[in-house]
Amino acid sequence: MSATETDVRRTQPEGGPTRVAVIQRIVPETPESATYWSTWRDGDGEGYAFEAGQFNMLYVFGVGEVAISISSDPAHPQRLGHTIRSIGRVTNVIKDLRPGDEIGIRGPFGRPWPLHEAEGGDLVVVAGGVGVCPVRPAIETAMRRRDRYRRLILLLGARTPSLLPYQEELDWWLATMERLGVELHLTVDEPEPGWLYGAGVVTTLFPKAQVEPARTTAFVCGPEIMMRFAGKGLLEMGVPPERVYVSMERNMQCGIGLCGHCQLGPYFVCADGPVFRYDRIADLMEVREL
Amino acid sequence: MLYLDRAGFGDLLRSLADAGYELIGPTVRDGAVVLEEIEGVEDLPTGVGEEQGPGAYRLTDRPGGRLFGWAHGPDAAKRFLFPPRELLATVRRNGTMRVERPEEERPFAFVGLRACDLHAIEVQDRVFMDLDPAYRSRRERAVFIGVNCAEPGSTCFCASMGTGPRCTTGFDLALTELEDGFALEVGTPRGEELLSAVESRQATQAEAAEVERILEAATARMGRELDTSDMPDLLYRNLEHPRWQEVAERCLACGNCTSVCPTCFCHDVVDGVSLDGEVATRTREWASCFSAEHSWAAGEVVRGSRAARYRQWLTHKFASWIDQYGTSGCVGCGRCITWCPVGIDVTEEIAAVRAADGEVVRAG
Repeated sequence: MSATETDVRRTQPEGGPTRVAVIQRIVPETPESATYWSTWRDGDGEGYAFEAGQFNMLYVFGVGEVAISISSDPAHPQRLGHTIRSIGRVTNVIKDLRPGDEIGIRGPFGRPWPLHEAEGGDLVVVAGGVGVCPVRPAIETAMRRRDRYRRLILLLGARTPSLLPYQEELDWWLATMERLGVELHLTVDEPEPGWLYGAGVVTTLFPKAQVEPARTTAFVCGPEIMMRFAGKGLLEMGVPPERVYVSMERNMQCGIGLCGHCQLGPYFVCADGPVFRYDRIADLMEVREL
Repeated sequence: MLYLDRAGFGDLLRSLADAGYELIGPTVRDGAVVLEEIEGVEDLPTGVGEEQGPGAYRLTDRPGGRLFGWAHGPDAAKRFLFPPRELLATVRRNGTMRVERPEEERPFAFVGLRACDLHAIEVQDRVFMDLDPAYRSRRERAVFIGVNCAEPGSTCFCASMGTGPRCTTGFDLALTELEDGFALEVGTPRGEELLSAVESRQATQAEAAEVERILEAATARMGRELDTSDMPDLLYRNLEHPRWQEVAERCLACGNCTSVCPTCFCHDVVDGVSLDGEVATRTREWASCFSAEHSWAAGEVVRGSRAARYRQWLTHKFASWIDQYGTSGCVGCGRCITWCPVGIDVTEEIAAVRAADGEVVRAG
């Protein structure tokens, strides 16, 4: 064994170093998910930057890595938020981590949301359930650069109200959005008593929001079936096919198109995606179990 | 073209071992020709032949004492350049995470690789060279001595894939086994250097003509054929073809085909931890798209059915590989046919899709 020094913490070939971050705060979001806010251990965040829509590989000592999209504002890369569903081997261990615990972070990886392409027109974000997490950095970036967009429209849906993340911040979001003239529409498939917003799948919000197709760039993120219907719906309304984007999820173990697990037809989702132009993969999304 | 006699070939292998190379060559073990570390010529499969067929592999006695009178066993160079299990790193907790990388191994000298397997290495190069420094190091330090194939198996179709039986790429030296020695081609300056350690001479015209005759006969005896026209589109437009379901009823999803395939590169990174919790390891292991966990994402298995897994393997190998790496992922070695326990034959499956091009089944 030849030991290298601590500043070279490569745990995957050529995937970049694994930096160490310290969990600062854990916010429960939905029954299965929570947001883990972390800051870098001294010096480890140096040079780290990411774009909206990219993901990190999070490493738990001795357990392994898991691909998690970054759900915080790219303007603050020293303070990262990852919203994590506890549904797998690694995420079920992350569930038991507490503030002060260390995690390894390798990244960022993948292609981001093309925010600049929406500039000058309307940005419509369509998200279902925890699908809002990977698109939240795009929402925050667009709000920070509010003057670059005409209308900012957020269409958020979930199966039930409790499956909608970031409710702790809802008041803040509503106030900020009102101040910035952001149009927010919420809906759930199965409303509960006390739910003040819409009922129905997220595509029912398209007419309600009076989306103007010709000026629209759309970012869609949610379960695959929801993205298929939203993508088709947007195209049927007349949104130009080259301006509809979706974020795909597959088994991602390396982040650099090497391990082979995340293939979708000719694409490696980790490197060619996760954000794809919808029209480039629409046919693939129609094939079952591809 | 040069000529090297049997004794000279022995000297060549000895000089490689003396120069510090780990000699990797064919040898008989457990009833098969496998690739292993060998000492020299005496370990090669002398007087051994093979019978191969779908789901069938048998060694035979082959009179005449040839060393390379067989096609190939289950192993390719992949097992050495991209090992089935490879320690990537050891991570120590003690306050800070510290990574230790395994030391570099001795360089390999591969002896007796077929043209299909030399091509397979170039296919894997496109996957690993830029992204995996350990692979690159092993690859760049290795020496490759190819042997032209005189005895293609009944499952072979390298002629269809344009990868054999003649060694055309990826070798330092390429041999053709003749009655009592070898015709020899030099592929690289390194090959030229290796020859300086042994006695060779110019091949005679008769010897050169014999090489051509052997290779023409091998091409003519190729066991199988595959029509590669209209790839990748043929498979892309037949993702809902009924043949996927049909083959799934025979396929056991055992993953033998991906293990013996000389180009399959999918892998997992597996983490372990010592009993005292202080040392964690990260190990890379071959993975197979025939397993359920291969496509596990967001709490579910994307490719739950065997039909979907077989489709993924075949369409990746013959179609999407072309988009990803600019080459087919298949070199026509036929190992997936030979080592499939139920004898599924890729050439037959692709021909069946082609024969009913455009047929669609709507899965219920």
